[in-house]
Amino acid sequence: MKKVEAIIRKSKFDEVKEALHDIEVNFFSYWDVTGVGNEKEGHVYRGVAYSTSDIQRRYLVILVSDDFKDKTIKTLMKAARTGNVGDGKIFVSEMENAYRIRTGESGSTAIN
Amino acid sequence: MTEDLFTANNLWMMICTALVFFMHLGFSLLETGLTRQKNTINILFKNMFIICAGLLIYFIGGFSLMYPGEFNGFLGFNGFGLPIGKEGTTIEYADGGYTYWTDFIFQGMFAATAATIVSGAVAERIRLDAFMLFSVIYVGLIYPIVGSWHWGGGFLSHMNSFLGIDFNAKGFYDFAGSTLVHSVGGWAALVAVVLLGSRKGKFSKEGKSLAIPGHNIPIAVAGVFILWLGWFGFNGGSVLSADPGITSLVLVTTSLSAAGGGISAFISSTLWFKNYDVTMFMNGVLGGLVGITAGADLMSPIEAILIGVTSGFIVVVAVNLIDKWKLDDPVGAIAVHLFCGVWGTLVIGIFGSRAGFDQLIIQIIGVLIIALFCSISAFIILRVIKKTIGLRVSKREEAEGLDLHEHGMDAYADFGLNEH
Repeated sequence: MKKVEAIIRKSKFDEVKEALHDIEVNFFSYWDVTGVGNEKEGHVYRGVAYSTSDIQRRYLVILVSDDFKDKTIKTLMKAARTGNVGDGKIFVSEMENAYRIRTGESGSTAIN
Repeated sequence: MTEDLFTANNLWMMICTALVFFMHLGFSLLETGLTRQKNTINILFKNMFIICAGLLIYFIGGFSLMYPGEFNGFLGFNGFGLPIGKEGTTIEYADGGYTYWTDFIFQGMFAATAATIVSGAVAERIRLDAFMLFSVIYVGLIYPIVGSWHWGGGFLSHMNSFLGIDFNAKGFYDFAGSTLVHSVGGWAALVAVVLLGSRKGKFSKEGKSLAIPGHNIPIAVAGVFILWLGWFGFNGGSVLSADPGITSLVLVTTSLSAAGGGISAFISSTLWFKNYDVTMFMNGVLGGLVGITAGADLMSPIEAILIGVTSGFIVVVAVNLIDKWKLDDPVGAIAVHLFCGVWGTLVIGIFGSRAGFDQLIIQIIGVLIIALFCSISAFIILRVIKKTIGLRVSKREEAEGLDLHEHGMDAYADFGLNEH
């Protein structure tokens, strides 16, 4: 079992969600995050220019069985990409175990 | 004058009263939208306090102080409460324009405006009790005394005999209050901002101006539209009757000036800062409205547009000057009400049916006298408050928000926003 975490543009979220559904990755969690980075966003308010390095992104956590790992990563790379700086990152790590609370199932049957 | 006409006139004046009342919602929304979420309850509280306390104070003594009848021209008082009462409901009271009751409630709605202007400029850092105390004194004493000098028939309204000089012009002229309402509030706002200091985070250590964006622009824009609507009553009612020619002209000049002010502010700020800033657009509309207020009944439509266009430009320049002077006015109240108020008063000597050098001199003298009186009295009141209860909230309270510390409430409990 693998844990695939992805930080993506909010504007790409719907595309990513659909692409994941297409490869039958139907369950995942996400939340909105704020980060600090190199990308500066220029603003002007009442004649005063200001830029913020606070960046709004969406954070996805997807748990998949080992045979789903590669296509999940490939799908994310394709669907979340615009080609501009700030498209985000993907992290992959080993997941020791998972349990479904209702039935007590564990392992990869618990994550589907 | 027939009873029918008297009824029609009085009805129009009561409609205008309702419109001016509605302006207080406009001010509340504008101020709320241009400041931060954490101070919203505080701002709404101040605005509700101003209209409630303002009306009661104006009832107790303000109205009689502002319209004392025959008096020495400087200070008069007609008695507590509403001494004329039922006797003022006849045609004879005001040439059939309105009754005494209408007179009081229309003027009462105006009175609170002066303190509302200050509220925006001092937002996000003034102590609630200090602000309430200041507004009670300012609306109860300073505003009516200044008002009596012109609208109450005091020395400003017959300046030539007062100065003993043979002016062609008759006296100081301010139709609906560019100076008597807006600058009176504007001077106090300026003094208060100087005494209070800027919000933490408004200027960097090197003294560079930083942006503190307002948290709800749609609410602020709603405020501006409501203020524009209210101005039909503010200026339209200042005709003091439903005279068909003058009231309709006043609505035309008022709207044309507002439109001109908005367009010129947005064009000049876009050329200058390279962005279409809706908050400057809004301030430009308000600048146009304040600018036309002193001469809404004297100007031709084309002159009204010129006043609006110049006022809108003045607003953009003034917002930046105030920033350069290291003064912090979150909503642009000083730029709109003080700068455009003064300009709108002086322009009586340049455009319109009273234009002339003598009139211009009288307007300048009037503006200066009121500037001195208002800023000195505001300084004394605020200084005393500062020494006794204090003007400014603690650093911690400012950082965490006045809503939490002064009120123990959230303005948007259980409400989230989607950010892109």
